[in-house]
Amino acid sequence: MKIDIINKYYKNKDVIVREIEGEYLMIPIASGIGDMEDEMYTLNETGIATWEKLSSEKTLETVIDELCEEYDANKQEITTDVIGLIEELFKRKIVLC
Amino acid sequence: MERNHSKYIAHQSLNNFFSNHQKSSMSSRLDMELTERCNNNCIHCYINQEENNKELIDKELTTKALKDIITKAADIGVMSIRFTGGEPLLRTDFKEIYLFTKQHGIKITLFTNATLIDKEMIELFKRYPPGDKIEVTLYGLSKVKYEKISRKPGTYKKAMNGINLLLDAKIPFIIKSIYITGKQEEIKELEEFSKLVPHMDHNPGFSMNFDLRARRDSTKKNDFIKSLRTSPEDTIRIIAKKKQDYKNGIKEFVAKFMRPAKDSIFSCGCGKGGSIDAYGFLQPCLLMRHPDTVYDLKNGTFEEAFDSFFKTLRTIKSTNLEYLEKCAKCFLNGLCERCSAKSWMEHGKLDTPVDYYCKIAHAKAELLGLIKKGEKAWEIDNYKKRIEKFLKP
Repeated sequence: MKIDIINKYYKNKDVIVREIEGEYLMIPIASGIGDMEDEMYTLNETGIATWEKLSSEKTLETVIDELCEEYDANKQEITTDVIGLIEELFKRKIVLC
Repeated sequence: MERNHSKYIAHQSLNNFFSNHQKSSMSSRLDMELTERCNNNCIHCYINQEENNKELIDKELTTKALKDIITKAADIGVMSIRFTGGEPLLRTDFKEIYLFTKQHGIKITLFTNATLIDKEMIELFKRYPPGDKIEVTLYGLSKVKYEKISRKPGTYKKAMNGINLLLDAKIPFIIKSIYITGKQEEIKELEEFSKLVPHMDHNPGFSMNFDLRARRDSTKKNDFIKSLRTSPEDTIRIIAKKKQDYKNGIKEFVAKFMRPAKDSIFSCGCGKGGSIDAYGFLQPCLLMRHPDTVYDLKNGTFEEAFDSFFKTLRTIKSTNLEYLEKCAKCFLNGLCERCSAKSWMEHGKLDTPVDYYCKIAHAKAELLGLIKKGEKAWEIDNYKKRIEKFLKP
């Protein structure tokens, strides 16, 4: 499914996020999430900032606007990165829509 | 789905994570013995207590206390917990504790006899997989064989029911067993059965050099366990049947661990990880229950236990002359199953040689060509050359 910024994307509650020794780990705990068992994911800085803002209450466009206010980068770059990230997370059911 | 790393997220397996995060003194893995009680009464067991022992039930950690400990374990970075017992499924709050642990992002290894696995538990395992193969103990493929070990009528049927539920639901598990001398055909029978278990990629493990009672609570039981142990001679006879596999399998271990322990009492990993008993005491390993080596987590913290208590423990030196003459100088340290916990279980002290393990270690070393018949490993000065020779392709 194509990522559309007018949609609201939210965190799957069966993905636990833990920060361990400076690494931000996303740990799927239920079956059917992610690629395989015993697999975790780490996020880069953009990923962490985006993840923290995701909510079923706001559209992805709102998330992008909030990131633009906080980070010194142009909107096109941020939009591309956020959509790229959400594509990866959505196809693994780590975020839902 | 492809597993390529993307620009945005990176895959990380738990094993890789463990090997990249060794700096912290805190443990990434813990054992939790949820209860010492068991619905079986296995003849060789080092810990089992009576299933309905009210006094022990009252002493065990409450659900809230267990959850507090799991929360604190997650806070210090624990990634994996092994639930064992006794029979951990005996706890009426097991499902709640299991889910709570998963919801803290902690992987679970479960040791069980499978007798209490029910449909509701299967649904839980299906929805929230433990993350590691469940390890099921099975003592044979008939009521007579199984219950001769479990000493509880009806338990074979219950165990097989649990195993069949796991099989039907395709939940990954392995089986393991014990070997009592003279029952060679039972090994073959279980090896054949294990081929039907989809997630078993190797033959079942058979323990045969049983541990004595970890709480040193019964001389009578210990004498009986000793009578069940496979003798050093039979142990080697069994290993020798797969000599080349044994040799290949142990090479890396020999290269890494075989050297004299010197005067250190805790020359193993004791205290680097930890094991929480059913009553809230953090032990330096699953077996070690000497009262001076356990830390009361109910009145303390993981940080203090790992950074101070266990660290100090690991600096203790032996003053026992027999230990200093033998074990401290013996390079079979890696082949020998003796450790401070087993010295305690056998003799009530942390640093006594254990003749049974010593004989087995020497026989293994002889089989591997590391020593000659009659040699005492603690008298050998050039052990490094022998190890080098052994490791040569």
